[in-house]
Amino acid sequence: MTRSSAATVAPGRRHRTRWIRPAPGVGRLGRGGALGLGLATLWLSLLVLIPLAAVVLKSFSHGAGNFWSAVTAPDALAALRLTVETSLLVSLVDVVMGTLVAWVLVRDEFVGKRILEVVIDLPFALPTIVAGLVLLALYGPQSPLHVNLAQSRAAVFLALLFVTLPFVVRTVEPVLIELDHDMEEAAASLGASRFVVFRRIVLPNLAPAIAAGTALSFARAISEYGATVLLSGNIPLKTQVASVQIAGQIESDNTAGAAAVATVLLVTALLVMIALTLLQRWARRRG
Amino acid sequence: MRLIVILYLSFLLVIPVSLIFWRTFSHGVAPVWHALQDPAMTSAFRVTGIVTGISVVIDTVFGVTISLLLVRYRFFGRRFLDAILDLPLAISPVVVGLALILVYGKYGWFGGFLERHGFQVIFALPGMVLATVFTSLPLVAREVMPVLEEIGVEQEQAARTLGAGPTQTFRRVTLPAIRWALAYGVVLSMARCLGEYGAVSVVSGRLVNKTQTLPLIVDQSFQNYDVTTAYTASFVLAAIAIASLVVISLLRPKERA
Repeated sequence: MTRSSAATVAPGRRHRTRWIRPAPGVGRLGRGGALGLGLATLWLSLLVLIPLAAVVLKSFSHGAGNFWSAVTAPDALAALRLTVETSLLVSLVDVVMGTLVAWVLVRDEFVGKRILEVVIDLPFALPTIVAGLVLLALYGPQSPLHVNLAQSRAAVFLALLFVTLPFVVRTVEPVLIELDHDMEEAAASLGASRFVVFRRIVLPNLAPAIAAGTALSFARAISEYGATVLLSGNIPLKTQVASVQIAGQIESDNTAGAAAVATVLLVTALLVMIALTLLQRWARRRG
Repeated sequence: MRLIVILYLSFLLVIPVSLIFWRTFSHGVAPVWHALQDPAMTSAFRVTGIVTGISVVIDTVFGVTISLLLVRYRFFGRRFLDAILDLPLAISPVVVGLALILVYGKYGWFGGFLERHGFQVIFALPGMVLATVFTSLPLVAREVMPVLEEIGVEQEQAARTLGAGPTQTFRRVTLPAIRWALAYGVVLSMARCLGEYGAVSVVSGRLVNKTQTLPLIVDQSFQNYDVTTAYTASFVLAAIAIASLVVISLLRPKERA
């Protein structure tokens, strides 16, 4: 029913995952289940948990003082600031445009809508490095529009806008599809204007989904690497985002410095995810 | 409103992507064909194919296992496992690469031991597979889990009471029920694996003809002003991405039916 691509981003589904009661027969682990659980946990530890722990430990390997000086080094600080500021701005645009796109895809009918439906997911499927090249073709030095954004902060903004495009659309869409028209019609028949109906009826219903999509957009934006590599020119202190700065540190063998900035990114992403979970729980309690 | 949306999507998505197709063939098919024959390119195709193949298999096995565990069983730490499953999607690919180097690199926690026993992970295929699997880890599971939940356990229980073993039940009852969601998840993670750039670029060492993948070729040839090769590789990757999206959109309605 919920039609969202990358189901990972669909709160509708998550919602169900968390709330369904264990059906009769859903039970305790047998011997086979326990073995599976052990292997899955082992794999998850070897692949995800231990390596991430290594990053955090590495960043403090020379003491908290070194961590602090690595994070507050001019290029690291500039990269982190640029990343967070641009990501916030991108998330803001995503809120407005994502909701608008979802609205048009659900409520509007026109020729070519099905194509747009497929195209929306392109940023999920297109390799990020190709995304960078693609944007460079239209907004780079050889732009047919004569707009050259290459090696500017606007280029970073553009790259992040591209890769985060589907998140808000895909989280808002299923909610909008299931939204009852009755409420809107009732409000309209009582004399509410279209704007008032949207603001008072539709928007409050969409708010949790919009927030979820925005959080995912933001988390994706602060961690983006591939799309910004070709487009931004990676000028330190100017257009270098945090991921690129980390990559540079790795290349010059300063793994402790790289790990420090990486830890800041990790913690930020984690906080956003926790905030998202709390927000969804709160929204659910309100009904 | 419709106009705003169409313009926005055109200028952000449709026109840039179409432009790549146009640029690739701006000097005809011959240079593209020539670029595809280049040894570095054919090697990249092979490496990308191998890494993607192995990664998708691991993703699928892990995805189905973890889905069954999280949906069908209740155990200590289930919520925690459920939560960290999504973690990889929020982590920068460069950080993924760094994390793997710190553990499996030559001077890493396990890397030294593994290398002494003749098993090199970083700057070799195993590291690239690890990086690729990391970044695409939850995709299959997040597709399969909702379906597993919806189909419930009645049929599985019926099969069990009629004497089917766990393997038989899975093969005859569970698998057919989740097949479309599984197919969808597999296509999705294949698209993601093919295009993984950041994490692979950190752990691969970019050894030409050895650990160079298609996305790495795009980057490197573009930086070396070999635009034809960059566009050709991009064209191939973009074509595969679009093809997988079309496949996915065709799979969707079937799942609903």
